[in-house]
Amino acid sequence: MAVDSYIRKRFFPHIWCPGCGHGTVLNALLRAIEALGLSKNEIVMVSGIGCSARISGYVDVHTLHTLHGRALAFATGVKLSRPELTILVPMGDGDALAIGGNHFLHAARRNIDMTAIILNNRIYGMTGGQFSPLSGCGIEATTAPYSTIDHPFDVVELSRAAGASFVARTTTFHVRELEKMLIQAISHRGFSVVEVLSQCPTHFGRRNHEGSAVDMLKKMKQATVPLNSGKLELDCGLIPRGVFVDSDKPEYCELYADLVARKSADDQAERVAADARNEV
Amino acid sequence: MEAATTSDRTLFVHGNQACVEGALYAGISFYAGYPITPSSEIAEEMSLRLPASGGKFIQMEDEISSMCAIIGASLTGRKAMTATSGPGFSLMQEALGYAIMAEIPCVIVNVMRGGPSTGLPTQSSQGDVNQARWGTHGDHAIIALTASSHQALFETTVRAFNLAETCRSPVIVLYDELLAHMRERLILPDPGDLPLVERLRTFVPGGVDYRPYLARSDGRLPMSDFGGVHRYNVTGLFHDMWGFPSTDPTVVHELMHHLHDKIVQRTNELAAYRQYALEDADTVLISYGTPARSAMEVARKGRENGHKVGVLELETLWPFPSQLVRDACDNARVVIVVEMNMGQVRDQVRAAVREPSRVFLANRVDGEFIKSKDISTIIRLVDGHGV
Repeated sequence: MAVDSYIRKRFFPHIWCPGCGHGTVLNALLRAIEALGLSKNEIVMVSGIGCSARISGYVDVHTLHTLHGRALAFATGVKLSRPELTILVPMGDGDALAIGGNHFLHAARRNIDMTAIILNNRIYGMTGGQFSPLSGCGIEATTAPYSTIDHPFDVVELSRAAGASFVARTTTFHVRELEKMLIQAISHRGFSVVEVLSQCPTHFGRRNHEGSAVDMLKKMKQATVPLNSGKLELDCGLIPRGVFVDSDKPEYCELYADLVARKSADDQAERVAADARNEV
Repeated sequence: MEAATTSDRTLFVHGNQACVEGALYAGISFYAGYPITPSSEIAEEMSLRLPASGGKFIQMEDEISSMCAIIGASLTGRKAMTATSGPGFSLMQEALGYAIMAEIPCVIVNVMRGGPSTGLPTQSSQGDVNQARWGTHGDHAIIALTASSHQALFETTVRAFNLAETCRSPVIVLYDELLAHMRERLILPDPGDLPLVERLRTFVPGGVDYRPYLARSDGRLPMSDFGGVHRYNVTGLFHDMWGFPSTDPTVVHELMHHLHDKIVQRTNELAAYRQYALEDADTVLISYGTPARSAMEVARKGRENGHKVGVLELETLWPFPSQLVRDACDNARVVIVVEMNMGQVRDQVRAAVREPSRVFLANRVDGEFIKSKDISTIIRLVDGHGV
């Protein structure tokens, strides 16, 4: 099946600005879905609010465009209800980790089987360029005219600590790596997180003098290295890319099924015991 | 939590369990919730019962995520519910609005305690009546039901699930802490005794254009389960019949009217109530929830003493049954609304009747039960007899 067969053409043109990185993520995601041979009917894409959240509308699967920050909570309801479905949750940095931070932590803690894709452009794009919890210090934004004083989260460390069983990071420059990571993340049984550093030339780039989308992509190439690279020790400013966590941990819906089976076995044993008592 | 059982179908239980029994009778198969007094027993009982009956139970990280989770579950075809109390209900409001906009059947139980804020967690109130109506932002219609006894609460909960499916809408069940924690008899109806409304699913086959937001001639919108053959978009944005976001003024106008009319135009049909000695009543007591029990006592005693007192007990609070109330009050000399708040239903009654100046309030807002004496004192005062 061609990649464009997964697209809802009547939803186009898309809302993203020229040079936005989100289309690259959508492209890689569709290629990953195609490579995995997933049927459209078995995929549910759940998203919140923001530029990244609009991905869900463009894809011809079951799509649930929800509330700002709450996508993972809706997704949890869908997944626990129908564990056989594949759940994909594209989120922005503010969506996932500001307003949605608590849901992110708890979805990771439960290790419920879904893939959270964090499109991290370090800015609130849809509302016009306010700083996010991933902007970091010294960034200019419409709500930080004197530059930010807020420390950022490290998505990888946060996800690992919260209990996610698959955690990876790459950028929109590294498209083949991104596709590969998405394939791994979607195949993984448990809560998987893929952080994608993405460019917002309209708001982040323009205010922070990072130039065009191409300049921003080049910068992401230069600022990141594979996580096993020796350069990381020499330059602590470099950002590692790669798969940081890939662990085998019991998954929530499977644990729920075990619980039901245990309860059912107990009931059966009780019935047998009661029958035996009645015979005596 | 063990229910004291007097026979297989006759239980001696608290109100929260009556609510759970009603939900199970109605076919609930998904519950998400967060602990909060005085509703926690509902979550506890669901955690015991649902895994044993093929259903799903999840304790979420807060109330808004609980509301979101039941919406997700409902979209896969399950009857879903959450339960909470005031602070949690406040937190759910954004997702409640989503369920209204996206037309997702689900049931939200709010066991009312005193508010605002943390208020009186372990005591009774009816302060969330207006919140049920207008808690979430934007123009919208909503269905909110209530009850004054365990048997009625059981039936109200079943009705809430039925209306959620019929109207493709969230339905709120409101009741006070007193009902939640009081124990009394509940007789479980046999399967089939109460009608159940099941999910209306589309007959449109896979591959044929399915329009999830195209109403049939009777106003109902057939659904298709997530994971099924129809892939469509669900959004909290104004949307067209396919669920795609739209800012087209015609689309926006029509959806707004649809969401409003599908409930408001059925106000009389949705109005559930009980009445006692209303025919010739010159003093009409209007009440709901446990205060209605005291109102009944006042009316019975009043009748014994030759006073023409009648009771209209409301079991549907929203959409407010204005016609019913107006008709019941037409011949009344005085109308007294009995409720545990500062007059939330009293205001609705005043707006409904022809003579608003005849409408008075008998209330308590101190967490205590409204006793019959509280009501009869107000009647004496209104009649000019002093205390």
